[in-house]
Amino acid sequence: MIWKSLDDFIAMGGYGFYVWGSYLVTAVIIMAEILMLRARRRAVEQARQAQIILSEQTKHETTT
Amino acid sequence: MKLNWFKYAAPVTFYPLAGKLIPWFALAAAGLTVAGLYLSFFVAPTDFQQGESYRIIFIHVPAAWMSMFLYLVMAGWAAAGLIFNTRLSSMMASALAPTGAMFTFIALWTGALWGKPTWGAWWVWDARLTSELILLFLYMGFLALHAAIDDPRRADRASAVLALVGVVNVPIIYFSVKWWNTLHQGASVSMTMAPKMAATMLLGMLIMALACWMYSIAVSLARVRCIILEREQQAEWIANLGEPT
Repeated sequence: MIWKSLDDFIAMGGYGFYVWGSYLVTAVIIMAEILMLRARRRAVEQARQAQIILSEQTKHETTT
Repeated sequence: MKLNWFKYAAPVTFYPLAGKLIPWFALAAAGLTVAGLYLSFFVAPTDFQQGESYRIIFIHVPAAWMSMFLYLVMAGWAAAGLIFNTRLSSMMASALAPTGAMFTFIALWTGALWGKPTWGAWWVWDARLTSELILLFLYMGFLALHAAIDDPRRADRASAVLALVGVVNVPIIYFSVKWWNTLHQGASVSMTMAPKMAATMLLGMLIMALACWMYSIAVSLARVRCIILEREQQAEWIANLGEPT
């Protein structure tokens, strides 16, 4: 085992700021990309839903 | 049986295929990340020169590889879109750009955090760092140009030309450490020489790189599905997809 304790692990031999600064920011950016993609998906699905409703309304209007 | 290679070049057939593939790539990305992080932090030994600071390598190098590789793939799709006029190719190029830009930023960011303790500087204007920064600007230029043109097909063509011109930067990044005197260390992995690092370090790095691959595939497939829906709202097959899920 490389690490003697949790504190030892967090300290990263004195390089904790640099190592965790790298990993944390990477994790945050990746999460942000996934969330933004999810929001984009939701927006396009909503637009599609609106279009389906709209096209059904116009169909109804032309038949009556 | 005759294979139809262009079958999945049509959004109508590609869209459901991509949807089926995404969970598998996402799962592979998650699994490989866990395995890669375990190797990176609990198996790989402390570096005799750099101490623990070297552990940044496990994201820095895979991110830098992805930043260059994704650019080549993006430019390849953009070229295919220009040559064959297939709209899905251009959509793939657009879907890859944000992820490529993200990996470029991660490579630069982790590089700065690695440079400070090892070189004593967050940033130096040397060939490797500068050309990687130019790569980020190329990605951003591609995205900005695409967003600036209203007609998506014209936007595809204009940004494809930009992407293709920018390809020249990728070999410059890769060989910069050989061509110029730089502060940056040489290539971490070489095809012709025996690995310079411990086997477990190398394995951790390769598994993290593989995780980045799987992640990139999953995310760009998910993004290209959004782009297909956004651009082909009027298409009959999209109307026939039924209720959004």
